[in-house]
Amino acid sequence: MMKPEDVRPYGDTANDGAVQLSFTLPLPPGDLAMEAAKVIARRIGLEEPSVVHSQDLTNGFTFFIVYGKVPFGVDVTRLEVPKFQVESMDFEEINAFVRDKIGRKLVVVGASTGTDAHTLGLDAIMNMKGYAGKYGLERYPEFVAVNLGSQVPNEVLVAKAIELGADAILVSQTVTQKNIHVRNLTELVELLEAEGLRDRVILVCGGPRITHELAIELGYDAGFGPGTLPPMVASYIAQEVVKRGLFSRKASPEAGKKWEGRE
Amino acid sequence: MGEALLDLDQKLIDRARQAARHITSDIHQHITANTTTAIERTVARLFGVDGVDEDDVPLPNVVVENIHKDGGLKRGAAFWLANAVHYFGYDVQEVAEAVARGSVDLCKVPVKDAAEARRIAQDLARKAVERIDAARAKREEYVARLGMGREPYLYVIVATGNIEEDVVQATAAVRQGADIIAVIRHTGQSLLDYVPYHATSGGFGGTYATQENFRIMRRALDETAEDIGRYPRLVNYASGLCMPEIAAMGALERLDMMLNDAMYGILFRDINMKRTFVDQSFSRMINAYAGIVINTGEDNYLTTDDPVEAAHTVLASQFINEQFALRAGLPMKQIGLGHVFAIYPEVEDGLLYSLAQAQMTREIFPEAPLKYMPPTKHITGNIFKSYAEHVMYNLVSVATGQGIQLLGMLTEAIHTPFLHDRYLAIDNAKYVFNFARHLGDEVMYRKDGRVQGWAAQILTKATAMLEEIEKIGLMTALERGLFANVKRPKEGGKGADGVVAKGPDYFNPFPDLMLPPELREPQGGEGR
Repeated sequence: MMKPEDVRPYGDTANDGAVQLSFTLPLPPGDLAMEAAKVIARRIGLEEPSVVHSQDLTNGFTFFIVYGKVPFGVDVTRLEVPKFQVESMDFEEINAFVRDKIGRKLVVVGASTGTDAHTLGLDAIMNMKGYAGKYGLERYPEFVAVNLGSQVPNEVLVAKAIELGADAILVSQTVTQKNIHVRNLTELVELLEAEGLRDRVILVCGGPRITHELAIELGYDAGFGPGTLPPMVASYIAQEVVKRGLFSRKASPEAGKKWEGRE
Repeated sequence: MGEALLDLDQKLIDRARQAARHITSDIHQHITANTTTAIERTVARLFGVDGVDEDDVPLPNVVVENIHKDGGLKRGAAFWLANAVHYFGYDVQEVAEAVARGSVDLCKVPVKDAAEARRIAQDLARKAVERIDAARAKREEYVARLGMGREPYLYVIVATGNIEEDVVQATAAVRQGADIIAVIRHTGQSLLDYVPYHATSGGFGGTYATQENFRIMRRALDETAEDIGRYPRLVNYASGLCMPEIAAMGALERLDMMLNDAMYGILFRDINMKRTFVDQSFSRMINAYAGIVINTGEDNYLTTDDPVEAAHTVLASQFINEQFALRAGLPMKQIGLGHVFAIYPEVEDGLLYSLAQAQMTREIFPEAPLKYMPPTKHITGNIFKSYAEHVMYNLVSVATGQGIQLLGMLTEAIHTPFLHDRYLAIDNAKYVFNFARHLGDEVMYRKDGRVQGWAAQILTKATAMLEEIEKIGLMTALERGLFANVKRPKEGGKGADGVVAKGPDYFNPFPDLMLPPELREPQGGEGR
């Protein structure tokens, strides 16, 4: 029986605590490496660690697959998870919502910032075609979606947001090596604060390693991770604009123009 | 594997190829009429100009900017450098250093004897070409002695940002069975209008392509080659604003492959198209001469566009890349045309569509070492599912005779590959390739069945697309967004200011030394 005060991983029996992990050690294969792998599993806190596979990766490295048991439960009745409250809407509902509740088009500016050359995630959310059968923001009649593409300096993104009177800024970060995304994302918040803009836009980030929790921690309004579809982002922006009363502001006349800057 | 399984309409293939030939001939007029700052820097580099000035600006840039500011590039950097060598009696590096110190302005050095200057330039060029010949001979010696593994070659990536750490990972991968090592570049390097100098340790998303980094990795792979009795190939990126310079560095340091697409920079890095077309031609000429296999980047079309609906754009682009490459002197066996296993896993019969496209590409370009790319767009954090998809990907490859298999990483959506991610990818491919080795020899596809039907449809659409481009011209096609759904204006993009019209006395000694005789163009009267 699962008890909410004592939730443990489930392998093949309730509460057995079974987990799997894999990792590489900079040791050549052999008893010493094997023992080191077990010690690591034990120090993580796993009970009965069992190295089920080890593989010589050459150059003095060995790969391990280890199973073990977690000796504790989690009391989920006491957990608090930051979550944004969004009612999920579809394409038609979102456009109707914007027409009825806001009465003007919402302006969204998006970019992959810094040196990040990846636009997969950004394109999936913003481009006409969208992703997995869901239209992107460019297709929404009640949104003016401006996709600045990749390798956009934060300064350029902020300037564009000011020029267009953006309601929301979408930042995509794919490269996360050595936490460069954190640096890029933080810098944007600082720039917006310096411009006195931070409270006047909805600031959203997305990417494969982005969580809502990380986004909040970095000073964003929301973060979208893998699997996010365009209507999720559009619903959030529309509802957040209403919730924060940002809609009374008029869109910049620039924003209505056909966007020619990109591509 | 060479057998025709798809019953493709040869007339359509001929029409498509003919259209691509006309499309690229049209662009070729632009190519022969212009040079670029990148090409002139390449000339300086090949002449032996190396190093940086006190502000860390590479001397090839210093030299070319010095000529450019006085409007001299229309005559070619080769002429001005050789003229200064003649006038001062310096060697070419000493000339470059004098320019860097500000004591020489190349266009203001008196021309005592233009014919003599051109002779000196030809000598310098011949010496460069001899270095490339030596690198090529060394590769051929390795391959003859040690062999290279078996197609499809296992291609893996290292991307630590630190060349010394790249070496550890690359040599481990080679010992585990990898045939090809690509050192991913620092993110954004394609947009630098210079090539950084020195060994580097601080890249993000990859490691700077520098000549010293090339040397370090080459040396490590050569040592490993002797140990394991197999010659691993080294790859980098002759793309971006320094396309031809990186090709020259690779030719000198014995890289074996280069990503080198005719249109990738235009579409995906917003580099000016007029610049890119001129640069790709010169860079491919160098790759051709050095025996370097190029990889084209059509896989990218389907990461931004729909993999089923836009399948024909890949084939159309392959025809165009093929013609540009042939025109630059590349033989078919050095043209690694790219494509990708991109269809979403939810698509019913996606495996059949994938087989159709891969087999079709094989049959239409029978001698090209096809570069096959793994799925990336829909890969999630579910590493177990990714691993299953990679089995399918590897199966299609071995069943259709692909040449260069860029291995999918099960953690594609999460991070740069861990050591064991790379191992698992190699193990997956080795298993599938061995287990299904002769599958392609044993299967036939049903006449007008799903596989044949899909291939026929792609070919028909690609031919129509090429014939449309033939009418409007490639530059207009790119303006209208026919590839990858990306629109690029003719005059827009980065690097446009680096395109310079050649003057009547433009001189560059390399085409005559590197191109096969039938492809050489007459240079300006005075230049001959």
